[in-house]
Amino acid sequence: MTEGPTLPQPLAASPQISQWLDFATDGTVALRSGRVELGQGNLTAFVQIAAEELDVAPGRVSIIGADTRSTPNEGFTSGSMSMPVGGQCVRLAASAAREVLLAEAAKLLQRGKEELRMVDGAILAGSVPTDLTLWKLAAKVSLDVDIARHAAPKPPTQRSIVGRSLPRIDLEEKITGAPFVHDLSLEGMLHGRPVHPPTMSARGVTLDMERLGQRPGVMAAIRDGAFVGIIAEREVDAISAARWATGVARWDDDAAFAGDPVEQIAESCEPSEVVHSAGLLDDAQGERVATMVSRPYISHASIGPSCAVAQWTGGRLMLWSHTQGAFPLRDALAMVFDIAPERIDVIHMPGAGCYGHNGADDVALDAALMARAVPGRPVRVVWSRADEFSCAPLGPAMVTRAEATIDQTATVTSMQVMANSAPHGNRPGRNGAPNLRAAAYLDAPFAVPRSSDVPAASGGGADRNATPLYDIPHQVISKRVVHDLPFRTSSLRALGGYLNVFAIETLMDDLAASRGIDPVEFRLRHLSDPRARDVITATARAANWPGAEQEGVGTGLGFARYKNTAAWCAVIVRVEVSEEVRVTHAWSRIDAGEAINPDGIINQTEGGIIQATSWTLKEALALDGAAVDTAGWEAYPILRFSEVPEIDVQVIDRPEEPMLGCAEAAQGPTAAAIGNAVFRALGVRARDLPLTRDRLVAAMT
Amino acid sequence: MRKRRGAGFDRAVARENSVKKQTTAFELDGEGCEVTCGPDEPLLYVLRNELGRKGVRFGCGEGLCGACMVLVDERPTLSCDTPLWAVAGRRVRTIESHVSDWRLHEIVTALTQAQAGQCGYCLPGIAMRVRALLADSAVASREGIAEALDGNLCRCGTHSRILRAIETAAERIGRAAE
Repeated sequence: MTEGPTLPQPLAASPQISQWLDFATDGTVALRSGRVELGQGNLTAFVQIAAEELDVAPGRVSIIGADTRSTPNEGFTSGSMSMPVGGQCVRLAASAAREVLLAEAAKLLQRGKEELRMVDGAILAGSVPTDLTLWKLAAKVSLDVDIARHAAPKPPTQRSIVGRSLPRIDLEEKITGAPFVHDLSLEGMLHGRPVHPPTMSARGVTLDMERLGQRPGVMAAIRDGAFVGIIAEREVDAISAARWATGVARWDDDAAFAGDPVEQIAESCEPSEVVHSAGLLDDAQGERVATMVSRPYISHASIGPSCAVAQWTGGRLMLWSHTQGAFPLRDALAMVFDIAPERIDVIHMPGAGCYGHNGADDVALDAALMARAVPGRPVRVVWSRADEFSCAPLGPAMVTRAEATIDQTATVTSMQVMANSAPHGNRPGRNGAPNLRAAAYLDAPFAVPRSSDVPAASGGGADRNATPLYDIPHQVISKRVVHDLPFRTSSLRALGGYLNVFAIETLMDDLAASRGIDPVEFRLRHLSDPRARDVITATARAANWPGAEQEGVGTGLGFARYKNTAAWCAVIVRVEVSEEVRVTHAWSRIDAGEAINPDGIINQTEGGIIQATSWTLKEALALDGAAVDTAGWEAYPILRFSEVPEIDVQVIDRPEEPMLGCAEAAQGPTAAAIGNAVFRALGVRARDLPLTRDRLVAAMT
Repeated sequence: MRKRRGAGFDRAVARENSVKKQTTAFELDGEGCEVTCGPDEPLLYVLRNELGRKGVRFGCGEGLCGACMVLVDERPTLSCDTPLWAVAGRRVRTIESHVSDWRLHEIVTALTQAQAGQCGYCLPGIAMRVRALLADSAVASREGIAEALDGNLCRCGTHSRILRAIETAAERIGRAAE
């Protein structure tokens, strides 16, 4: 193959065809991916890619996601990398399989390989059927061969299965079946519930363990440091006992916190670093315009609280989990239990959408700790709604300041961005620690190390999208990761990209307004990237930009290329502002390169717009000292059905271009579009999210 | 010393589970059934763990998200917030009756055809809420559907697709019922 240098990383660890594909069952292709289905349709897209390269009907391809017993290790399914990396692995592996099997067919038929064709698994010589099939060939030839040596993906013009909106392979079962890890029902399975302390720094717990053990139906109650677990035959008994224990437990903890964390993040003196610079700021001429924006801590707020099932048998741990990273979770658990990772199997099963690093991995440790007390018996643990809000990692609070100079020709000559943020990079195993909640307060605790943020090569964390895509000659882009707050944070969809795009796009609108220039026109003047221009102009056309002026109504634009390396996305919204902000319409055009499943991209973009609308208008976690106070949906409203906008999303398909991640592209642009639309409706800027009534009133006075 | 704040007790099992077990009979998805357990136990756990109805999903345990919605005598009911005794002698319908109930079947079909789902966790509850809405009349405006679904939370942001799908289902049901 010719693409040697661009070999995706998982192919280095799992280089052979047989590690990805299996033809053992006649008529069926078994595809093994190291990625997991998080509700985004990536497994359906992988099936399409494999079917395409193998010239079989998609219905013949079965797929399993990450399972440490059998699939390649692809780390975490995160960062919008499923298609560009996971999809590319599948494409290379399947094309290599086709080449190897066709070569064998050519040998057997004594024909030239170029004379042969495959049609739904059957081999044709010219147009003449032969008795060879993919499966007969696979039985004759070893697929323990390097993908890199044989891969030869089809050219774009020959593709017919990808680029179409195949329905999700898993959707019907998710409505009518029992596919979730929550639904697993194993022989002899017990039910566990944890009782977690409210803070990470708890060192012990005062709780009458004997009385707890005597609660109705309780089979065992365990304590390890400040962690308490309750095991019962019946789920309701485990829940009742956990509620009792939660009500009476007192934790030994001196964690204290006072004040406004967002203010402290803004004023932090922790070290900062320059992540990107261009030109010389001193050379930039013009008037200075600046903005400073913030977002509070927000919750992933999965609809289904985190769940896992664990079983210890003869010193081996079997774990069923909706983790984003089966292999990293295995390694993190191995660290906690001080055993070889090979003694742990982690099997992914779907959960409710996680939107980043939520409680999925934490509850896996809870289950493993409890199951250890009842060897041989599987223990299913589900968090309460309160656990999900208060114990899962939070979406980090942030404050971003952006400043620009604009010269007499209305050209932006410089931009400085400083992203101050609580940490985004605390996934299990990162920073050399398990990073599983309970591990922090076991009798033999694992200290939570300082987060070393998500590396720039992965798109950065605090600094994600802090570098504008606009043609601005002088730039200094910096970040400051603020560790000195007691709240446990980690990756939430779009990471720093959400607020940084909000900052830059707010500033761009302010700059345009300062010179009386239309915001679309102003952006296009500063964009030479043709794909960026295309999504903006196409979105503006769809939205009939700028729309009629009307009291209390405004339209606004937001744009970014996610991570500056993934999908280009523009969003325009129309808002009506009376008592509160209501987003009535949203338009978006997205360019994610080659679109494997266009409807999947549209679905992700619609979801991104709605979720980001919810973040932007409504969401903030309530804190109580060093703990999270939010315990239920009453205290954490999210966007409801009657509040969602009419949405129009279309994909700009580029079949000749590489596949790009799309599911986190709309969040930043949506926040910016809403802020800019509110500005046009009211003539004032509310810069601190969420844009609630109180915030608007404060901005106006 | 710190007390765990905000760990609100889910209302459904506020009382102790020390009540003696007893047998409760009701109709489940069109068939008679009997179950022996504590009468105060929330219907959700009885349906999932005793009667195999895994499509009834736990979401919050406080009646605030709609994931656990079932129909009791055709009324939309949050099973996490309903004690077992309350359904004695009544008709309970879950998502699993989509194979026998043509209206529910149309709703599920419309949702899949519109690809109106991402993670799918909230969808059975939504389908049941809509089944109640379309029980008597299939005439439902988009606003009416949205309002009916305001007690059902979706976090993936699939709302607009769901609304579109339900409009289609309502049309089909309306035509079939004529």
